[in-house]
Amino acid sequence: MSEHKIVDAKNTYCPGPLMELIRCMKQADVGDTLELLSTDSGTANDVPEWVAKIGHELVSSEQIDDVWHVTVKKVK
Amino acid sequence: MKILVVGGGTGGTIIANNVARRLASEISAGKAGITMLSDSDRHMYQPGLMYVAFGQMMPDELYRDQASLLESSIDFHVDPAENFDLDNNRVTTASGRTHDYDILVIATGSRIMPKNIPGLNEGSETFYTEEGAIKMFKALREFEGGRVAIVVGVPHKCPIAPVEVTFSLHDYFKSRGIRDKVEIKYHYPINRIHSIENVAAWAEPEFRRMGVEYETLFNVEEVDVENKIVKSLEGTEYQYDLLISIPEHNGAEVIINSELGQDGWIPTDRHTLMMTGHDNVYVVGDTTDLPVSKTGSAAHFQAEVIAENIASVIKIGAPVTEYNGKVYCFIEAGFDKATYAMFNYDFPPDLKEPNKSMHWFKVSYNKMYWSSVRGLL
Repeated sequence: MSEHKIVDAKNTYCPGPLMELIRCMKQADVGDTLELLSTDSGTANDVPEWVAKIGHELVSSEQIDDVWHVTVKKVK
Repeated sequence: MKILVVGGGTGGTIIANNVARRLASEISAGKAGITMLSDSDRHMYQPGLMYVAFGQMMPDELYRDQASLLESSIDFHVDPAENFDLDNNRVTTASGRTHDYDILVIATGSRIMPKNIPGLNEGSETFYTEEGAIKMFKALREFEGGRVAIVVGVPHKCPIAPVEVTFSLHDYFKSRGIRDKVEIKYHYPINRIHSIENVAAWAEPEFRRMGVEYETLFNVEEVDVENKIVKSLEGTEYQYDLLISIPEHNGAEVIINSELGQDGWIPTDRHTLMMTGHDNVYVVGDTTDLPVSKTGSAAHFQAEVIAENIASVIKIGAPVTEYNGKVYCFIEAGFDKATYAMFNYDFPPDLKEPNKSMHWFKVSYNKMYWSSVRGLL
């Protein structure tokens, strides 16, 4: 059964939100969705670029208050 | 009150020493005791391994006897943990002994996992073990020219290491007079050349100045050892003559076997440093699942918080401080200059121009570490 997991990378600079997402994506199963929480303004562009290149699915990307919520589905 | 520290690396050692001093009177009175379990009777200064890979330090300079670093009141055993039974406050060791505790500190660290990537172990040089660092030095010494690739796994210990080793490779080949015969190409997992934005902004023009090529969004998928090709999950590849890897890390096997955390990373509160769901278990350094650099520096600052809170919980029944995400990393910018990155959860690093003084401070710190890990610095 697929899971929805939160990757809380708010207020972190190293290794940073995208590196955290890549780490957690390795641990996830195909079909899982990961919701990355980030206060880094670059996340809105960085994550979709990586997702497009690697072939996962960008489910949603929105800023709520000061936090970016970027949800990605692992498809392979 | 029984305090059990599992792991004798930077975090575990600083906590044990710091608590021993803070609770000296309680320990003398028999009201508290500290036991440490480790898998080795020696303590390694791990940042020194990169210097070994470039022939700048000898391996024996990296070690001290673990017992010599500990306060005499600490009951030290070379007997690694084999199982954690957190429901019953009990740890079983390789020798079959059982240790009960009131407060547990898990400081079992991380380890490289090159075997997670097909071909990486056979096809690359790395400096994350003593054996690997010596082998890398010999490979560099025999190298007369060609294509050198640097690749980086996720997650990895010491996030600054990829740029440091690249600067050092440039200076090494320059010192041998063969830099013009070497093509250096740096590969990094995310879409800039370092995870810290202003480290990336500083390193990028430096790479251009040194003639270092780079490719971002490159996550290693496999190494074709026979044809010397490294391939990425993103679908690109590079043919190399010498491959340097910063391998992916996992937490300790005992953490995985005891089902305390996926891949050996224990779910940890980012401020209290307590294991999620356990109010008498602290986690330090690489062992945590925190989105914080896996470095001795992070372990050091976390250890100070944990030690202060263990002592205050015993003395007054409540913790008195929290971890604010502090990390301080030296950044060697080649063989003769360095800078540093200091940051926490609230403030990003403000990088300064590299200089010779900071390099010599780092060289000094390579010796000062032994005071630091005793909890004196």
